[in-house]
Amino acid sequence: MRAALAAHQSGANTALISKVYPVRSHSNAAQGGINAALVDRGDSWEEHAFDTIKGSDYLGDQDAIEIMCKVAGEELIELEHMGVIFNRDDEGHLGTRAFGGQQRARTFFVADFTGQAMLHVLHEQVMKLGVTAYEEWFVTTLIMEDGECCGVVAMEIRTGRIYVIRAKTVILATGGLGRVYEPSTNALIVTGDGMALAYNVGAPLMDMEMVQYHPTTLTGSGVLITEGARGEGAYLLNKDGDRFMQTYAPSMMELASRDVVSRSETMEIAAGRGINGCVLLDCVHLGERLIKEKLSQIYDIGLDLVGIDITKEPIPIRPGMHYQMGGIKTDVDGLTRVPGLYAAGECANVSVHGGNRLGANSLLDTVVFGRRAGNHAAEATRDREYKTFNVDAWVENEEQRIRDMLDREPNGDRVAKVRLDMGTVMNEYLGVFREEQGMQRALETIKELKQRYQSVPVENKGRVFNTDLVFALELGFMLDCAESIAAGALERKESRGAHSRTDYTSRDDENWLKHILTVPSEDGPQVSHLPVVITQWTPEERKY
Amino acid sequence: MMEINLHVKRYDPETENPEHYWADYKVDIDQFTTVLDALIKVREDMDGTLALRCSCRSAICGSCAMRVNGHASLACKTRASQICAEGETITIEPAGVMPVVKDLVVDMTPFWDKIKAVEPWMQPQGPVPQGEYIAPNEDMLHLAGVMGCIMCGACVSDCTLLEVDPNFLGPAALAKAYRFVADPRDGADEIRLKSLSEYTGVWDCTRCFECVEVCPKGVAPMERIMVLRDKAMNAGYDDSYGARHTDAFVELVGHSGWLNELMLPIKTVGMFNMPALLNFAPVGLRAMRKRKMPPLFHKMLPGVENVRRIFRRLNK
Repeated sequence: MRAALAAHQSGANTALISKVYPVRSHSNAAQGGINAALVDRGDSWEEHAFDTIKGSDYLGDQDAIEIMCKVAGEELIELEHMGVIFNRDDEGHLGTRAFGGQQRARTFFVADFTGQAMLHVLHEQVMKLGVTAYEEWFVTTLIMEDGECCGVVAMEIRTGRIYVIRAKTVILATGGLGRVYEPSTNALIVTGDGMALAYNVGAPLMDMEMVQYHPTTLTGSGVLITEGARGEGAYLLNKDGDRFMQTYAPSMMELASRDVVSRSETMEIAAGRGINGCVLLDCVHLGERLIKEKLSQIYDIGLDLVGIDITKEPIPIRPGMHYQMGGIKTDVDGLTRVPGLYAAGECANVSVHGGNRLGANSLLDTVVFGRRAGNHAAEATRDREYKTFNVDAWVENEEQRIRDMLDREPNGDRVAKVRLDMGTVMNEYLGVFREEQGMQRALETIKELKQRYQSVPVENKGRVFNTDLVFALELGFMLDCAESIAAGALERKESRGAHSRTDYTSRDDENWLKHILTVPSEDGPQVSHLPVVITQWTPEERKY
Repeated sequence: MMEINLHVKRYDPETENPEHYWADYKVDIDQFTTVLDALIKVREDMDGTLALRCSCRSAICGSCAMRVNGHASLACKTRASQICAEGETITIEPAGVMPVVKDLVVDMTPFWDKIKAVEPWMQPQGPVPQGEYIAPNEDMLHLAGVMGCIMCGACVSDCTLLEVDPNFLGPAALAKAYRFVADPRDGADEIRLKSLSEYTGVWDCTRCFECVEVCPKGVAPMERIMVLRDKAMNAGYDDSYGARHTDAFVELVGHSGWLNELMLPIKTVGMFNMPALLNFAPVGLRAMRKRKMPPLFHKMLPGVENVRRIFRRLNK
């Protein structure tokens, strides 16, 4: 929506396409906050940039990180002016909380539903400006003519009808791919659609091996428990009641970066100091008042989902798949390597998060680069013409593909079974720790699942709100993403950020201080390399 | 683990003579299984034709509002084991008031149209500050209670007025309007309160409490509507039936110590509003026939002085 607003305000004829009502999007789930270094608080963009770069394990492109950290304050204030409420300090100024991997408290927040508060306000602006919105429309294919992207094929979910929407430029802002993994903190709609769409028209995906495991996801369902809890002072305890982060990150403790904390928890559990595959998050000492005021959502989640009152007892948590640092390779203006095609947010990789994203940098990424992509895509429409192409042929091709799916014999595995097999194998072999053989096995399984995918039946034969069909299409996208993740991970023979290999345990700047790009081919994903952009921060050892 | 039965109301618009029908599914649950988990199990393993909206599984996206055992709930926030014992049945229907598209999916267009009707965007007045607006944290925390609304439509589904009067703006839109009126940064209170005082607005609510009961996020729309009424009257928008009804109520009880039921409707519509007064005639006649007509000569309550004293103190 940030990109659509920017494009609309730049004067381009803009339409927003979303497979759900826009306020249902997964940005809702960003609980903790948004980072910004405000100079009048004694903070500086350079410090924010350094924390981000160190957090990224030096894989982030420093030019992009500089841009993001420099404009963070302006973006924050603009959101506040649009109507985001934000918690205040005693003087009525914006209040902050501490977040992981950062030297200063620079995370601005609305209780523990910052993402929802921002998303709804952006939606208010979309309504105010009257941006055309195709709600519950599902994009199935990008239209390519002469090597350029010139529109999309989309299905109106409510009727099942297929339409072509022509465009001079297309911006993908489709979010992550969490459901490729099982379990995941991500919503059920987070299926890597945009990444797969781009990948399939030859726009490379970059650093897809960098998959973030969040340190605090709820036992059972794997629902997210905000880092804000630790930001407010919560402890991580093992079964003996020890704050085990003492051993792994003595100075930052629970607020070390996410990859570090997730690895520590995994090691603690593996050493037999966990409880049923979990460790404990202890908020009790924060007091009932603070919890109900600043951590209200997770208070409810504890009660609703596992019957635990976090003001009275610790809650069992474990690392869980949460975020994809990798994504469609773009420049700092959101342009991919395919002319006419832009990307922003989690589906893109500019790259500001590198090997590990800092908490509360993702909302910032979406507004900063969403706006830039919107502005630049709008600007680009001025020099571009609508391409002429055979609209009917594109519609008919898609109709045929969907008819074929609906007509399949009902003897293959169900969509849910294939997805679960994929998710389980990804979590097992491409999770917190990885090694060659496991990853090979994962890649082979994905190849085999892609075969099985060709015959998954769609039980619902109707066209009106056929969610069965939508899931089947999404599964295809997810398998493409899974393949790219496995290929990137096999290629990177070192441990950096979230990519931690038991067969290559250290970071190797000499050989691997570079990005890994993947594109599809007949024989599976092809990989290539790209240097990391370094401006003023030379890589050094990373300790918390 | 235990087995329960899901009794699901279904609808397929693509059949020849589409009609609602019921389907039953036996599902195994444990103590943490939510109604949504159970429905997903049905959809994934038993019957792929079942349509429902769902996404976040943690009560933040607002997709899965539906009627569970007769009342609107978020399926993802409702643990099956807490509302159903082994072998028993949970009844699941689509949200009410809004037209059904397929099975548990309803058309939310009317919902969004009403949200848009209250101009739900900040309209500050005066110069925009260089930095953030300075605002007290208590005000922001108070607003957070309303901003917590996830637009799931549970309140609209079970609103007893919307069921009979589709013109009412409804609890979600009015709570959204309240969010701006209560925001110290918004400068359009006057215009907002004026339009909210008109027909379809805050005075139409019947105060049945259903929206407060069913809201999964504690937004309590009806309570916000009551505050909007107060604010509207204080801002001088006291010429609607609703506002005059409130004023008349206070005046009559303050005078005689109890309600003069004969005068209340007259004062509400206005002494000289002949058409409206004539409208009461049939009601009056029916009341007379059933001997429910209030006495023509209204008596003072014994000890009325005490009541008046309370009113005087309150007025101070």
